[in-house]
Amino acid sequence: MKIPLSWIQDYVNVKDVPVQELRKRLDLAGLEVDSITAIGYPEAELPWDPEKIITAEVIAVRPHPDADRLVLADVNYGGAAPEIVVTGAPSLYEYRGSSDLHLKVAFAWEGAELYDGHVQGWTKRRLKKTEIRGIASRAMVGSEKELGLAEEQTDIIYLPGDTPVGVPLVEILGDYILDFDIKGPFGHLQSVFGIAREIAALLNRPLSPQPLHAAARLGLAATGEPGFVSLEIQDPDLCPRYTAMMIRDLAIGVSPLWMQLRLRRAGMRSINNIVDITNYVMLELGQPLHAFDYADLRALPGEETPAIIVRRAREGEQMQTLDGEVRTCDEEMLLITDGGGPVAIGGVMGGLDSEVAPETRNVLLEAASFNFINIRRTSQTLKLFTESAGRFGKRVDSELALAAAARAAELMAALAGGTVDVVAGDLYPGKPEPVILTYSPDRADRILGVVIPRDEQKRILAALDFRSEATNAGSGWQIAVPSYRLDVTRPVDLVEEVARVWGYDHFPHTLIDEPVPPLRRNLQLEGEDRIRDILIRLGLDEVITYSLIDPADEDRLNPNPGQALDLPGEPVALRNYLSLERSLLRRTLLPGALRTAWSNLRFQESIAIFEIGHIYYRVGNPKPEQAETGIAEPRRLLMLLSGPRQDRWQEPTDRRPVDYFDLKGIVEALLRNLGLETASQWTRVSHPAYHPGRSGAVEIAGRALGVIGEIHPLVREVFDLPAQPVVVLDWDLDLLLALAQEAGRQKKAQNISIYAPVHEDLALVVAEATPALAVQRAIIEAGYPLVIQALLFDIYRGPQAGEGKKSLAFALTYQSPSKSLDERDIEKLRQRIVKQLARKLNAVLRSA
Amino acid sequence: MSIFDELEGIHAEALQALETAASSAALDAWYTQYLGRKGAVTLQTRSIGKLSQEERPEFGKRINEIKQQLEAAYAAQSQALKAAELEAALMSDTIDITLPGRPVNPGHLHLTTQTLRQIYDIFGRMGFEVYEAPDVELETYNFDLLNIPDYHPARDMWDTFWIDQKQPAPDGRLLLRTHTSPGQMRVMRERYPEPIRVILPGKCYRYEQITARSEHQFYQVEGLAVGKHITMTDLIGTLTQFVNLFYGPGHKMRVRSSYFPFTEPSIEVDMDCILCGGAGCRVCKYTGWLEIAGAGMVHPVVLKNGGYDPDEWSGFAFGPGVERPAMMKYGISDIRLFYGNDLRFAQQF
Repeated sequence: MKIPLSWIQDYVNVKDVPVQELRKRLDLAGLEVDSITAIGYPEAELPWDPEKIITAEVIAVRPHPDADRLVLADVNYGGAAPEIVVTGAPSLYEYRGSSDLHLKVAFAWEGAELYDGHVQGWTKRRLKKTEIRGIASRAMVGSEKELGLAEEQTDIIYLPGDTPVGVPLVEILGDYILDFDIKGPFGHLQSVFGIAREIAALLNRPLSPQPLHAAARLGLAATGEPGFVSLEIQDPDLCPRYTAMMIRDLAIGVSPLWMQLRLRRAGMRSINNIVDITNYVMLELGQPLHAFDYADLRALPGEETPAIIVRRAREGEQMQTLDGEVRTCDEEMLLITDGGGPVAIGGVMGGLDSEVAPETRNVLLEAASFNFINIRRTSQTLKLFTESAGRFGKRVDSELALAAAARAAELMAALAGGTVDVVAGDLYPGKPEPVILTYSPDRADRILGVVIPRDEQKRILAALDFRSEATNAGSGWQIAVPSYRLDVTRPVDLVEEVARVWGYDHFPHTLIDEPVPPLRRNLQLEGEDRIRDILIRLGLDEVITYSLIDPADEDRLNPNPGQALDLPGEPVALRNYLSLERSLLRRTLLPGALRTAWSNLRFQESIAIFEIGHIYYRVGNPKPEQAETGIAEPRRLLMLLSGPRQDRWQEPTDRRPVDYFDLKGIVEALLRNLGLETASQWTRVSHPAYHPGRSGAVEIAGRALGVIGEIHPLVREVFDLPAQPVVVLDWDLDLLLALAQEAGRQKKAQNISIYAPVHEDLALVVAEATPALAVQRAIIEAGYPLVIQALLFDIYRGPQAGEGKKSLAFALTYQSPSKSLDERDIEKLRQRIVKQLARKLNAVLRSA
Repeated sequence: MSIFDELEGIHAEALQALETAASSAALDAWYTQYLGRKGAVTLQTRSIGKLSQEERPEFGKRINEIKQQLEAAYAAQSQALKAAELEAALMSDTIDITLPGRPVNPGHLHLTTQTLRQIYDIFGRMGFEVYEAPDVELETYNFDLLNIPDYHPARDMWDTFWIDQKQPAPDGRLLLRTHTSPGQMRVMRERYPEPIRVILPGKCYRYEQITARSEHQFYQVEGLAVGKHITMTDLIGTLTQFVNLFYGPGHKMRVRSSYFPFTEPSIEVDMDCILCGGAGCRVCKYTGWLEIAGAGMVHPVVLKNGGYDPDEWSGFAFGPGVERPAMMKYGISDIRLFYGNDLRFAQQF
């Protein structure tokens, strides 16, 4: 919301307050100023040199002796003799041959910096002395464009007739525009007057109530039956008040410069004097107004006086709004209708048919009050966001309606030559009860933690128009809330008023002086962080990808449509989304990881990442009473590796691309860290997104953790990844952490043997299909507890192993906790191992 | 020439020869020549028979002295030579110490994780523990119960992603949480009547165009304290601790009045601009201040909805954000870098 400081000055004196000081004061009190734009002042884009850009008066216009389209203007700038200016300004040309003129203008001397009026955009140029067709000119008369006041080059500026001559222009037209960012539903801060009222309270200065007193100045009387219109409110719940005024014999035209400038500085365009006045008063007081062309308003059948009936729309009822669109209403929308049908969507936008037009003579001026929630609903449903709806949507004081209408009528009389009917229509079925709150200064102290002197609290409340009624016995004060403070409904709201004006900067800093509440562990977070720390030590970078994915990405994971992609539950999609690519809540972290791999492999040759995050799927209906959403949000762990195993270095390094075993090594280290290394079961399974021969499912304690393996080459292609293995782990993190916790609970320290270990290699021939892990576990089991390690170091396939067989060579470590093992012990152990493996796995000791 | 003179001559000659023995081989030859079994000095012992009984002890003593001297000189020379040889060998085995080391690549925690951990740590010291709530949220928890009724203008502060629900559920409309505040309601309803001190972190979502300053997905973290005597000055003091610990000591702070529907009174806490030190720049919109956190005293309606009687209990809440503090700290100008996951960015932290 843009507000020119010069406008505020109309109601409260801020001339002596530096604008940055004022901003600071406003910021601290909760009226956040987003930016300040200076016009003409030194900090402006185009500062107006106070010596060189001044006010002046054109006193005569003479023809140029040598150029038909130029004139010579005699300009009184306050010096001894008038300055002769050569100009082509069309409006001055009209005065050719006239003298004894008093046209107040903006005057610039040579050396002044101005914008070039003849080029698009903003190009600065310094005014130089020139000679135009034999006549020297060292000054000029400025236009709005040249002074930076308008984007289009138009005529020169004509200042009001009472403007003094020879004063710096910045004193007349200079300004600061404060752009406020007012958060929250504060109707009372949606106007220049409302901001001025705050400033007056903050600076403890008087406020001029002049704009609110137009009704008295006009001698206005209000009645339900004003004669010029018959009024009816059928739905007072949506329209607590409707007022109408009559202004006759208007001359539609352009608004005066001062009004145009104010509107423009507040961010609105000038249309014509009538529309401008309704906008001006809306900006000034915060009350949206609507002007109907009285001639277009129809009477009810059999009546002569035009009628205004405020009622809910019928389902599907249509009307054409000012913007030319045909709007279809529903039964919750409020219409302003006349004898013939809808003429406005109440508080949102007027109708095209009754719009003020150049030939309009008589105007019916509406100032009403509407239910703010309903206005917002209508505005959102119709996607019709107007200044009026925006203001009504933040609640407008119903007491303001007639005062604002009178203010506008007064301006119409003054600026458009109209005559105001002194009887106004006013139906007010929803007049609110006065709000009286019991304010306890003690309670304020308790909430704030600081004692604000009682008289200071009283002063602040009074400055903000909160009248203290007779103080009752006890500590409570009875406070009357002004009608425009619709945001103040509870005593605590008054506490805030006192605190913000007194200033939070005066508050001491304390810490909570209470015992710490019962502490709980957050096992979820602890578990996640444990995994994160392990994985970054193992060289993986953490990523956090978007929860919202492209629904097509689920299909992209499945190159063979015949197969079912094993995703959990029902997918959860958005009803409204920014783009289809971000419209589905992920049921798997895989697409995010593959896309991350794609985007990074353009810039670096390898990638090693992990993500810990939620997936989402529907498991039931929401149950608000139980605070249940019906959406499951389990946590997953995903790892992805791709690219050369080692970086390039000055000596040869292992540049082969990573494969399944690189990832498995990381997983084994992770499982070891979690105390789960001995419990895992690895089974080859086929999952559509993975290479069928190089992927598997992992179980611990009979519970499925998820998949690990190489991504299917077709999926890799779909995601546009380079032709090198991409290995991925996709696990249930909640389960992994539960298992780790369980393992942690059972963990006991192992004694370390002081006896020498014995090392021996053993090669066993087994069938090709026998998993190495089964052989290794069987060795450990058979040799328990003396075999403390069985490390697979070689796999041999060939004639010595036999057809369909492989030889697995293990390096065994034997060690006893209680004695030194001798050759006999070893021999016995070896025999036991060989025998048991022969029985369990058909293994044969490979002859040396 | 007496035998004595001869001996002294050998002695002098040996010492001189030793000085010129510049390699292990020369040194070995020298040893053989003078002190070996058939060495010149050793052979001199045989001359002892040519001497008188009186002269013999003196000669023997002198020979021993010379032997010892030469042995010592030999040992010293040998050591010096070995040291020199080793030095020479080492010098011939020189590396370019400026060559890069064998690459080791530890991983990196996401900047969001790092920032959250810092925040958990700071508030953990003040007794706040982490409490997590779901991403998909009931409309009532995200809005209504937090004093933000349907169509209320306060809702304009949050542009919302709504969940597509096949069956219309007027009481159970679902959305992606627009802030972490629904966690306030969940923790209050779960913990009543305990006093509360929690930190609520999580992913939040807004239906907003994605720009350098705004993302549709981001993290929030907020704090909530509920107790019998919790005050605005406690809130300000707690946030001062945060600023000191997170941004370092010596920062100026200011507290402004603000508006949030779920707090009353509401404040905004600013810190002097990191970039310009308070002089005013583009980042701080020429105010010299940067917003650190929105905060306030928990609104009586919210306390009541959470089960806490506002006449008996009070509380405060504050939300410092996650990406923004990190952006300010490290001068990051584009929020999209967080979840775009360009590792060239991630690996800087």
